[in-house]
Amino acid sequence: MTAFPREAFPRLRGEKRRPALAAAAAFLFALPAFAADIPLPDRRSGYAFMGPDTRAMQDDDTQNPATLAVLEGEALWARKAGAAGRACADCHGDARESMTGAAARYPRFDDASAGPIDLEGRIMQCRARRQEAPPLARESRELLALSAFVARQSRGLPVADAVAADARLAPFLERGRALFRRRQGQIALSCAQCHDDNWGKSLAGNAIPQAHPTGYPLYRLEWQSVGSLQRRLRNCMIGMRAEPYAYGAPEYLDLALYLAWRARGMTMEAPAVRP
Amino acid sequence: MTAQALIHFPKKARRGEVIEIRTMISHPMETGFRRTQQGEPIPRNIITAFVCRYNDVEVFRADLFPALTANPFLAFHTVAAESGTLTFTWTGDDGFRAEERAKIEVG
Repeated sequence: MTAFPREAFPRLRGEKRRPALAAAAAFLFALPAFAADIPLPDRRSGYAFMGPDTRAMQDDDTQNPATLAVLEGEALWARKAGAAGRACADCHGDARESMTGAAARYPRFDDASAGPIDLEGRIMQCRARRQEAPPLARESRELLALSAFVARQSRGLPVADAVAADARLAPFLERGRALFRRRQGQIALSCAQCHDDNWGKSLAGNAIPQAHPTGYPLYRLEWQSVGSLQRRLRNCMIGMRAEPYAYGAPEYLDLALYLAWRARGMTMEAPAVRP
Repeated sequence: MTAQALIHFPKKARRGEVIEIRTMISHPMETGFRRTQQGEPIPRNIITAFVCRYNDVEVFRADLFPALTANPFLAFHTVAAESGTLTFTWTGDDGFRAEERAKIEVG
């Protein structure tokens, strides 16, 4: 049974908001069309834009609802699956050691697809190839739990510069950058217009963060659940009145690569909490 | 998948000390007011009651209702009276029942 996605509701209620939207659109059209990168010392995690209650929730594992996903992921890590009858732990051992810093290095270059692959994609690939298990859907509870558990092992570590480590990613980085700066959707808005040019200001009462993907998968209060970066990107596209790509689309991987590069050196905080 | 529960309290306490107990359990807390994209109502699926027993004495109880957050987090206090076991029970719709036990040492 598919629930009506909560993020779709603002669109349905959009009728009453037209004057405000028109004003917002007029304001955004008045902005310069070019975007300048945020200087490295001025970068801030989304954490910096949250209220004290939400920060406290993220800081304390006993209050962070994503901890439940991490615990579930830990159980799945040790559970045998698929025709090969192997668990993640049978090859990778104790994730607390073997997965330290792993999530901070994604997206990476994947030889099979000759393009970037994200952490969820790698888990799905490993599951198909090594465990010979039926695939997990993107945003499925199991995949989010496993990726939350793996990402947790990178908390506190710096986001790696994947492009510096592997030059084959360079063209995909440029594609991601172009996507980030491309105006799209009914209000012709680009990611950069909000997140490079107007971060720190507010949009409909919410602070505009800089869009650094340091906490994914994360627990979003609006979702009432853990979700991936791709889900967050889809949310943004719906908000921009653009048509979101399907889960797993190469555009998301290019964007994720650009965002990770843009956040290089920042501290991983997965699984984070966001409002 | 069984529900994951997270319980946090000091494992050792002085007699008479007031201790804080924090609990969180994974549960969708589906309100019963939403519909699927096909327009069919999604049946209510919530936790309706939570009970904490301290050596079989009930020390805290809460009734839960629709529109509470998913993964309900409950924090409460009790007096560390004696060493023993704390039992936490969540019950809800569709025969949902989860129970966790944890030891406390009081000196």
